[in-house]
Amino acid sequence: MTETGDLPGRFPVVRSAGVDGLLVSFADGLSEPANRAALAFRGALEAQDWDGMEETSSSLVSAYLRFDPLRVSHETISGQVRALLAAQDWYAAQLPGRRRFWRIPTVFGTALAPQLAQAAAAAGMSETQAIASLSTARVRVQTIGFAPGQPYLGELPAAWDIPRQSQLTERIPEGALAVAIRQLVLFSVTTPTGWQHVGQTAIRLFQPEAAEPFLLRAGDEVQFVPIGPEALETLRRDPRGGATCETAG
Amino acid sequence: MSRSLLIHRAGPGLTLQDLGRSGYLDVGLSRGGAADRLALFEGAALLGQEAGAVVVEMAAMGGEFEATQDIRIALTGAPMRAKLDGAPLVWNASHLLPAGARLSIGPVLHGCYGYLHVGGGIEGNRLMGAQSAHLSAGVGGVLAAGDRLEIGPDGGTETGMTLDRDDRFTGGAVRIVASFQTHLFAAADLERFCSAPLRRDARANRMGVRLTPEGVGFHVEGGRNVLSEVIIPGDIQITGDGTPFVLMSECQTTGGYPRIGTVVPCDLPRMAQAPAGAEVWFRFVGQDEAVALEQAAAGARAALRRRLRPLIRDPRRMADLLSFQLISGVVSGGEPDT
Repeated sequence: MTETGDLPGRFPVVRSAGVDGLLVSFADGLSEPANRAALAFRGALEAQDWDGMEETSSSLVSAYLRFDPLRVSHETISGQVRALLAAQDWYAAQLPGRRRFWRIPTVFGTALAPQLAQAAAAAGMSETQAIASLSTARVRVQTIGFAPGQPYLGELPAAWDIPRQSQLTERIPEGALAVAIRQLVLFSVTTPTGWQHVGQTAIRLFQPEAAEPFLLRAGDEVQFVPIGPEALETLRRDPRGGATCETAG
Repeated sequence: MSRSLLIHRAGPGLTLQDLGRSGYLDVGLSRGGAADRLALFEGAALLGQEAGAVVVEMAAMGGEFEATQDIRIALTGAPMRAKLDGAPLVWNASHLLPAGARLSIGPVLHGCYGYLHVGGGIEGNRLMGAQSAHLSAGVGGVLAAGDRLEIGPDGGTETGMTLDRDDRFTGGAVRIVASFQTHLFAAADLERFCSAPLRRDARANRMGVRLTPEGVGFHVEGGRNVLSEVIIPGDIQITGDGTPFVLMSECQTTGGYPRIGTVVPCDLPRMAQAPAGAEVWFRFVGQDEAVALEQAAAGARAALRRRLRPLIRDPRRMADLLSFQLISGVVSGGEPDT
């Protein structure tokens, strides 16, 4: 029987999510090994050919599996999931294949990204140091969610463990790069947010009518390369906003 | 000549819908599709076609339509005032829409989402495997006056059939299962959540439905620190101010607010159709009971064709084929205006 309503004791833990889903959680807080485990385990789930499987996804530290409860019982599928969990140490697993390394041109600060100064101060850095820190970090897409194609990236150096703002920014534009809690979010839509707007890109992460509607995948690595505001205007003509990608090592 | 449906007037919430798109959860796109999936099966039964056919979903208000050739239509979901060249049309039934006639669909009478189905389904550009508009993701958009919808080949000829309407358009009992975060709530709050009705707030759309508790809201100690997790349609999140929010077909794919429970899929049509102000009563059921409910609902969907009845016409009015009178007397050519 799938656990519901009990506090998870030891991770990983398998719990039901609705009538037709299972959630496999590797931690109760974000950590590098738990994120790797979630990505790797979701990759392994995708490779299974279990009867009744419908869809999988990963969030920061969990993998989710949706199934047809009229084709396969909770008991059967959670048994299959537990057996797969026991097959190896997922915290030490290789990340799934087909990962890519993206370089995304980014304007840090200026009127285009007005919260660089306050975010830098919160992290105890000058603006120059903040740009150097954020633009040299090679961060990983830890998960994609909330809005279509929108990545949460990390993990940033410890200095960036700064809180989200209690007052929401009413409107952060598409392509905005924002920071908080050692993570970056690259916004795929214009939306209100509590994250601090430190950079602006011209990337369009979700283009429903394109052959490849979603640019980034969980597990991809990204570096935000500094450019000037004038260069960004030119890049706006490119749906990828000048981003380049190669196979990640 | 192509078979088309012309839109002469469109309410503000007309979209093309189907059963949605699966397989994009990991890249941040929820399944979407019709707010009331059961209505798709009812329309498919009425027209003798697959439930995956593309339909027009009408939120609160219909529109005015004309076909370029004779086509079959069915009207399902929330009943709306419907007329064909001025003559009332029975809801939850299939009809012939002759070329050039005006189909006028007015405001909703009970519930929220009405559906216009056409024999052969609506054809058009598929984006990521489906035609349904996903408004919150910016996939597709609302339909507007002047739009022309192409209609696929129709293998059927039957019209004048009806299905008894169920009671899902006025709120009522909604079954939920425990979520992986239900244990975060105090027993007293869980008890209170199910012991008094919640009122459907005016704020609701294809993403979610806000509910108003009778008394104070519901709270989780440290709820702000809950890690963002997968969201599935039916999840009931409790926002920072203690308000329950039921996530619907166009929900976001992850969210941080804790979930108090998850609506069983077969009760989501009732949730979607509950009109503003309606009372909703939640009841926790176990996982085994929930699966049994889903099995029963699937059986009922499969049996819809066998529940069709012919619309009975009054012989004295047969000259006007479009005005029907039901034997049951429940409907005489349309519902009273409200």
